Amino acid sequence: MFSSYNLSHLGELEAEAIYVIREVAAQFENPVLMFSGGKDSITICHLARKAFHPAKIPFSFLHVDTGHNFPETIGFRDQLVKEVGVHLIIASVQDTIDSGKVSEEKGPNASRNALQTTTLLEAIEENKFDAAIGGARRDEEKARAKERFFSHRDEFGQWDPKNQRAELWSIFNGRKNVGEHFRVFPLSNWTELDVWQYMLQEKLDMPSIYFSHKRKVFVRNGVFLADSEFITVKDNETLEEKTVRFRTIGDMTCTGAIESTACSIEEVIEEVASARSAERGGRMDDQRTEASMEDRKKEGYF
Amino acid sequence: MEETNGINSKTYMDLEILRFTTVGSVDDGKSTLIGRLLFDSKSIFDDQYDAIKKSSEHNGDSTVNLALLTDGLRAEREQGITIDVAYRYFATPKRKFIIADTPGHIQYTRNMVTGASGARLAIILIDARKGVVEQTSRHSFIASLLKIPHMVVCINKMDLVDWDRDTYERIKKQFKSFASKLEISDLRFVPISALKGDNVVKRSKNMDWFDGPTLMYLLETIHIGSDLNHVDCRFPVQSVIRPQSAKYPDYRSYAGKVAGGVFKAGDEVMVLPSGFTSKISSIDGYDGEIKEAFAPMAVSIRLEDEIDISRGDMIVRVNNVPEISQDIELMICWLSEKPMNHNGKYGIKHTTKDARCIIRDIRYKVNVNNLHRIEDDKSVGLNDIARVSIRTTQPFFFDKYSRNRTTGSVILIDEGTNETVGAGMVI
Repeated sequence: MFSSYNLSHLGELEAEAIYVIREVAAQFENPVLMFSGGKDSITICHLARKAFHPAKIPFSFLHVDTGHNFPETIGFRDQLVKEVGVHLIIASVQDTIDSGKVSEEKGPNASRNALQTTTLLEAIEENKFDAAIGGARRDEEKARAKERFFSHRDEFGQWDPKNQRAELWSIFNGRKNVGEHFRVFPLSNWTELDVWQYMLQEKLDMPSIYFSHKRKVFVRNGVFLADSEFITVKDNETLEEKTVRFRTIGDMTCTGAIESTACSIEEVIEEVASARSAERGGRMDDQRTEASMEDRKKEGYF
Repeated sequence: MEETNGINSKTYMDLEILRFTTVGSVDDGKSTLIGRLLFDSKSIFDDQYDAIKKSSEHNGDSTVNLALLTDGLRAEREQGITIDVAYRYFATPKRKFIIADTPGHIQYTRNMVTGASGARLAIILIDARKGVVEQTSRHSFIASLLKIPHMVVCINKMDLVDWDRDTYERIKKQFKSFASKLEISDLRFVPISALKGDNVVKRSKNMDWFDGPTLMYLLETIHIGSDLNHVDCRFPVQSVIRPQSAKYPDYRSYAGKVAGGVFKAGDEVMVLPSGFTSKISSIDGYDGEIKEAFAPMAVSIRLEDEIDISRGDMIVRVNNVPEISQDIELMICWLSEKPMNHNGKYGIKHTTKDARCIIRDIRYKVNVNNLHRIEDDKSVGLNDIARVSIRTTQPFFFDKYSRNRTTGSVILIDEGTNETVGAGMVI
């Protein structure tokens, strides 16, 4: 039933995201793009290149580095940044810990995930960023389903979900007072499947750990965690080699793997389309309580 | 649950998107309906289902409360109401859907307006036991004011009225009589039970007297291809792209999202506000030139002549220009607890243009229950809808909202708080 002037869903989502990214460049003085090397930030990076082509992306990239990342992601990040020719700022959670502003969690379930918020807010303040573009999507998590494209943060970096600005049509109001900033989410309306389909369509590269590989893992709270120097395997947990891949990429201490033999984007898409569990189901950081994400977001999490 | 929702990597790369909103009064079952659509279209993951099952048991519900899928904030779960718009996504082999689940409570009407402004279809929910209530009128009026082209009225909770046909027909008649005063181009009715699933995705066995399509069938098939304006060429300039690099020393293009019409290389165009004319030399995308650009594509346009163009300007066709004026007549929905200030000054945004404006006259307010004009009380407060006349600090280029939702809409901003306080539609 397509009339000749109809865009496909990927075309419509792409246009929406490019429009939003261009609005950020136009409305803010010092925006930054939050870049982790994961598939959503790779997609945003590609959309930003498209938005300003043939000019360069007019803002820096910011990575909040927990120090507990997958080495494959960091390698991929550095290569992409070089290829795109942007300036990468690395805000290190280790530095925040060393300065005594936060203290490391203790015990076998310790994760630096929540500590990232302090590091991120400091980086925003220090560099005087007035907008931070992120790859979060509304389909990921129920608190994220409530986000606006332009999400206002007060001078403490806090989100007030019960009193958000009205966001009408595609007119984005980025006005703010000194010291406040915005989080902007161009991929708001994309689903996990859209991202994969788009990566296939645009032939984008991504870190190898999104595809099937053999890895030593152990089970904790029903999730396969990768063996690494950042995590202590308890006595009752056993390491075994499995054929796995990762659906999301976060900190090694809280990102679960899934058993998978998908070696190509096509196979990943088929797997995602028939998946019976949610993308962030393997994220132990979300599972701490029912409002984990909402609470972290209010404080200034991604 | 079955294995697959029918999508694989080779097919369904080109689906149409239907953005729709669900509105209704508190407890009309919006969240349950959305949960039902997601559940019956197999868009709910097992772990999500298990989580709400656990919560339902914890709350002492006898059945799995599908509404828990959409209420994302702690306060919403505690109070059992929807406060802010929640967006949900699902796909069938026919279409992709973006749902804006909007609050029913009167105090959150501004959030409903947010959810409805981008929608192409509205589902209006009515509780079969209560019929058309004040909130139904308000929501239907807002939906028609926002020119949502398609409206599907779902008369819900039919299970609680013994699947009674007369009840359905009576409410349908009641709604139609109210709706005759609204501008609704496409109006449909479906009797449903969101709780039991009747006529949502699966045809009801309890209401064999109903021979119309199910809600899902409507969502999958309603023709949305001609909802955007492909006639009047409108290109609001978002920014100027000037690489000033060795490879592109003199390159200059105008970035933006097409708001209407179809643009092609060779087209004679006019730039507003200067009025200068030129020809499109090319329309550039990332992978090369684009033959035709139409709404809602994001592209960049190059012109043959060097003209002074900046953000907020608009590229149009020489023989089809929008209205150009500093005086604009608006229907406005007020979104702030601070009442509208007669003769007050506000920031205003229209497409990519920023300016200031003054409220020159509040002509009348609308009583949303009977649509009568209120001319003796002109105080415009939160959730009020009024016709106003404004004057802007510089000329705007606009169309009637009924002609183009992008070039016919504005927002008003409180210059003290930076809040968005008004949603305006050009009459």
